[in-house]
Amino acid sequence: MEIVERHKVKAQDPEVRSHNFDEVSLGFDDETALLEAQRCINCKNPQCVQGCPVNINIPGFIAKLKEKDKDGALSIINESSLLPAICGRVCPQERQCEERCIRKLKLGGSVAIGALERYVGDYGLTKGTKDIVKPQKNGKRVAVVGSGPSGLACAADCAKAGFDVTIFEAFHKAGGVLTYGIPEFRLPKDKVVKKEIEKLNALGVTFKLNTIVGKTITFDELEEEFDAIFIGSGAGLPMFMNIPGENLNGVSSANEFLTRSNLMGAYKEDAITPIYCGKKVAVIGAGNVAMDAARTAKRIGGGEVYIIYRRSREEMPARAEEIEHAEEEGIKLVLLTNPVEMLGDKQVTALKCVKMALGEPDASGRRRPEPIEGSEFEIEVDQVIVALGTSPNPIIRNSVGNMFEFSKKGTIVVNEETNMTTHEGIYAGGDAVTGAATVILAMGAGRKAAKAIIEKLSK
Amino acid sequence: MNKILKIIDMANNVKEYVVEAQDIAKHCLPGQFIILRVNEEGERVPFTICDYDREQGTLTLLIQEVGYSTHKMFELKEGDSVHDIVGPLGNPTDLDEYENVMLVGGGIGCAVIYPQAKLRKAKGLKSEAILGARTKDLLFAEEGFIENCENVYIATDDGSKGTKGFVTTVLQNLLDEGKKIDCVLVVGPMIMMKNVCEVTRPYGIKTIVSMNTIMVDGTGMCGGCRLSVGGQTKYACVDGPEFDGHLVNFDEAMARSKFFKEHEDKCRLRG
Repeated sequence: MEIVERHKVKAQDPEVRSHNFDEVSLGFDDETALLEAQRCINCKNPQCVQGCPVNINIPGFIAKLKEKDKDGALSIINESSLLPAICGRVCPQERQCEERCIRKLKLGGSVAIGALERYVGDYGLTKGTKDIVKPQKNGKRVAVVGSGPSGLACAADCAKAGFDVTIFEAFHKAGGVLTYGIPEFRLPKDKVVKKEIEKLNALGVTFKLNTIVGKTITFDELEEEFDAIFIGSGAGLPMFMNIPGENLNGVSSANEFLTRSNLMGAYKEDAITPIYCGKKVAVIGAGNVAMDAARTAKRIGGGEVYIIYRRSREEMPARAEEIEHAEEEGIKLVLLTNPVEMLGDKQVTALKCVKMALGEPDASGRRRPEPIEGSEFEIEVDQVIVALGTSPNPIIRNSVGNMFEFSKKGTIVVNEETNMTTHEGIYAGGDAVTGAATVILAMGAGRKAAKAIIEKLSK
Repeated sequence: MNKILKIIDMANNVKEYVVEAQDIAKHCLPGQFIILRVNEEGERVPFTICDYDREQGTLTLLIQEVGYSTHKMFELKEGDSVHDIVGPLGNPTDLDEYENVMLVGGGIGCAVIYPQAKLRKAKGLKSEAILGARTKDLLFAEEGFIENCENVYIATDDGSKGTKGFVTTVLQNLLDEGKKIDCVLVVGPMIMMKNVCEVTRPYGIKTIVSMNTIMVDGTGMCGGCRLSVGGQTKYACVDGPEFDGHLVNFDEAMARSKFFKEHEDKCRLRG
């Protein structure tokens, strides 16, 4: 078979983009999308579909693209995914669909499935809401707690099935992690997130912002008003390292830093919400959130930014594209390094670290990092951002009493088939159930719950 | 949008606002707070709920002009609306287990602590109060305390009313006289709360403080409000806002609360 190299997705020049918040990846144009689609050989046993958490018919939608039938491609994706413009941008494709592509190793690299999905998703967004018809209401009501990916997906499916859906959002803007977590340069808010939310408005979904379920309104009250409840409240509390000096000024969670920048718009010159950006910034962790925080710090502060990670490059959990983009923007990776103390008097001035070596594989299958004795060293910093993940938000748990079960970790226990909690009529999905995971898994969970809700209430 | 029904000028730089917030008024309890945004671009600013009316669906907030957002708030008139209010946040105060309760308020903190006096009286529980301010015009809710408390003691820095000195002076005198106190609830500037804790510490009197920290979301998501309590990191928004004052690391909390001062000043230049 002919080796045809994978087409590169155009991106803003690193020197230019590290000073702005415009989207980095520019996506495929029509011509490149067609050429890339033609690289799919439509193999007999398409492993990519197995690699997709929601099993999108990938060869199917790509076949439509080969015929220049974008509408056809969109409707095939929509059978499995409601948010292709978002997932095409934020899914870790290289560990999902693209990892299993037959072209990966010897035939010029995997088909750029993610970029093609985004291409189709963006086409879908240009159609706006004009084709959306408000469904006939069936008289039953569904409450959705949280307007992140799982809530949006659950609400969309329930609304299409004729349910009267109300989404309750704690923040003053809808979108959950898509709004407060992922920066503009990776997921544009007006161009993408807002459009997805407008689609729900067009379907007749009501948004109740500034409403914290468990505080502003209780679960008992929701149960009285609604026939089913879906909880997609996300992962809440940021984790810290519990090392000395962590409460010094200049040290924050990535959640705080990114919420200030993304939700409150603090990256803009005329913003009212303050944000602190140092000239020597250490970001601890190597997931997508760490990359987002590092690249945001680079853009606002313009100083030196380091990613501090205790394992090696191979184990970095972030999407390959984000790591690549971060490095191009001048962010330095300090690998096999673990912070042991944050130093300073009131304000952080240095990070004391120890060098690590990889030992035997641990429970996660990754080689366990172990400190090298006597290897302590200091990195001069004036800001530290901790991006080590989150644990579930305690508000829901503290407010429901014994209504339904939680795991030891604090996540909500659900039936795997239906995503129903141990309380009849209350469903849950997304990070609140799995702990911090991906947008696509959350969306999939929201849809699974919607299916169960529709089946149950249509009886 | 939440409509402002009433504004009362309390003193130079301090106004009382009665705002519509049906759902919050229905569910809130003394000790809890809300987060308010004055306008579309506004910052999320936390304020303690000073009073509430479940039937009218209103909250009472006491606001001191200290920065850009409160300055914007001061420009609003009765009938105007603030952009949004979310809450009730944090945990309510629970003093029911204590018999001899001393409520200690400093400045605007007097108004914040006042609902406790009212609530205890309604429950048939006694309380006393020490109110402190720079000068007598800055004493808030004094009549309310007199109505609901067994004894009300006053301290002013300039001696214009009550004892000349601080609330700590009054508290120390009362303890020296052998006054029986089971619990002190103190709300005011951090330095005042710290000093009250130092007065009660040798006596082993339970002392509860309300920590007004920097905050973004108020739901446990950002960790900006974290503080050290008994050597452990706690979040004021979901674990508090009230903590055992004898365990709070006040020096760290005070340093953290000043962090954004310079940024706030920059914002004000544009305002």
